[in-house]
Amino acid sequence: MRTPLIVRLGRSFDARGWLLVGLFAAFALVAVPIMHLALPPENPLHLSTWFITLTGKILCYAIVAVAMDLIWGYGGILSLGHGLFFALGGYAFGMYLMRQIGRDGSYQSDLPDFMVFLDWQELPWFWAGSDSFLWVALLVLVVPALIAFVFGYFAFRSRIKGVYFSIITQALTYAAMLFFFRNETGFGGNNGFTDFKRILGYSITAPETRVVLFGLSALALLGTLLLARYLVTSKFGRVLTAIRDAESRVMFIGYHPLWYKLFVWTLSAMLCAIAGALYVPQVGIINPSEMSVANSIEIAIWVAVGGRGTLIGPVIGAFIVNLAKSWFTVSFPEYWLFFLGTLFVVSTLYLPQGVVGLWFTLRARWRPNSGDELAVAAKGAKA
Amino acid sequence: MNAVDVLLDEQDNPDWDSGTAELGHVLKPGQLDLSHKVILYLEDITVSFDGFRALNKLTLTIDAGELRCIIGPNGAGKTTMMDVITGKTRPDEGTVFFGQTIDLTRLTEPEIAHIGIGRKFQKPTIFENHTVFENLELAMKTDKRVWRSLFAQLDSAAADRIAETLQLIRLSAHAKRLAGLLSHGQKQWLEIGMLLMQEPKLLLLDEPVAGMTDEETERTGELFLSLAGRHSLVVVEHDMAFVKQLGGRVTVLHEGSMLAEGTLEEVQADQRVIEVYLGR
Repeated sequence: MRTPLIVRLGRSFDARGWLLVGLFAAFALVAVPIMHLALPPENPLHLSTWFITLTGKILCYAIVAVAMDLIWGYGGILSLGHGLFFALGGYAFGMYLMRQIGRDGSYQSDLPDFMVFLDWQELPWFWAGSDSFLWVALLVLVVPALIAFVFGYFAFRSRIKGVYFSIITQALTYAAMLFFFRNETGFGGNNGFTDFKRILGYSITAPETRVVLFGLSALALLGTLLLARYLVTSKFGRVLTAIRDAESRVMFIGYHPLWYKLFVWTLSAMLCAIAGALYVPQVGIINPSEMSVANSIEIAIWVAVGGRGTLIGPVIGAFIVNLAKSWFTVSFPEYWLFFLGTLFVVSTLYLPQGVVGLWFTLRARWRPNSGDELAVAAKGAKA
Repeated sequence: MNAVDVLLDEQDNPDWDSGTAELGHVLKPGQLDLSHKVILYLEDITVSFDGFRALNKLTLTIDAGELRCIIGPNGAGKTTMMDVITGKTRPDEGTVFFGQTIDLTRLTEPEIAHIGIGRKFQKPTIFENHTVFENLELAMKTDKRVWRSLFAQLDSAAADRIAETLQLIRLSAHAKRLAGLLSHGQKQWLEIGMLLMQEPKLLLLDEPVAGMTDEETERTGELFLSLAGRHSLVVVEHDMAFVKQLGGRVTVLHEGSMLAEGTLEEVQADQRVIEVYLGR
């Protein structure tokens, strides 16, 4: 008797998990639009544009954090190149947004402004079809996946692991950043893409559009969590964590770690790309600084702070760090990096399993259980 | 995976009649060719590490269903021999054949595991963050490609097999515990159970009773004796009482080659063996 896939997906969360999913969905898809669009600004429950943009942005970051947790928390592979896939998704979708500007740019040309500025007469070949939403949506998924697949294939086949892998991914991201900084590359050089006007014909700054983008980001995050949860509770997930803990042993019982790693690596890159594509229309800009080394490291910090190998932890971590960031960079801009560094050191030293691990420890202390269950809770998040 | 090319080797195979229709059979672990009653051939195996000859023209054959003990002083090449069989180390010279047709020197580690050679390491290596049940589930002989794992479901036959193995290794009561919480002896048993889940034709066991209590050692011996016949077992061991309990043929390795072979009494009476062990 085989259980249908849809039922198994449903079982990925328990009853309480689905309740939380339902509450979150109701908040993001019903409450937020009402509180933003229907309530007058003077109402205390009114949500400002600032709130929608900030939270929408963090929802995208949270998707990246979950993608990172799949590869790092469960696969044991620390990637410092996830900013690249995020940015590639953003750039791919940005091409579409640039074309949607039409003749409303500063130069009233069919070409994007930066191309007019460079005195280009026509679109480069890789911009072909970029006015089609579907084609660009395909690019968002395929291009990062292809790059991740090829890069991952060679890296994992050569059995590059640990810190070496991290360094190589960082170098890859850095190289890509330098490449995108060049004007000749055809992606707007160091200014990147900005001044977007429309998306699918709707004004990109309209409150309704913002609410829709926010809702889509929330749905994408829930979808990512459901998919990730299914993966880690499936046999695939058990093989993946076994590879993380004892790779050669996994080989001796007949699994090929290469394909397992490659699958989760490529999937992780695609999730980042989707997040990037949702991010760009909400913040209204994409430039090569998204590929900077610091950005990719920050992703790892969200995951570490929230708790590796817990899936929900990285979402919490992304919110904590980014909310702190938006407060700090306004109130004490010069101390933000110090705070971030301290947070990372403290969570590594004292909270090896992040906020979620802390929660488990505290709960175990409040509700003394049998020794075994304690050990399960403590080890559950271990990576 | 073009294992077809890899497995294709015509030499030493009298039953071979060319034609691709036959190739599919060779691939299946069940189709291992034991027509000469021999499951493993090592011929003139030499392995050098930086000039040091870990194995020196080692020749050894294991019969199907046999329980063979390998003994020898430290550095005799016992572990290197296991590494060569399982594909971890490639021999500089010599051939390794599994049955009549399968050239192990051309296969990767997972491929060798898949065709039916299981290995238990000296140090128990189990998945400590997985439960005992999950350890066995992961080891179970099945399609181990990514796509299958993504949609894999445990059917009742598989669940029964796991339950059977749990009983055999006396861990039924611990099925839901994390493997990392087991005692040393239990970990060794779990690893043996994981080997059995792979339904191997040939079991390689590197010091399986190291660190076990006397009682555990004896039970392990009983388990191995019950497995012989259905499986072929190669046991590397230092514990002579255990070797005696197993009672099969004994091979003595020394400086990378075979020094003596026979029953335990025979090799213990052998003058050269006494010299090697006692240092003349």
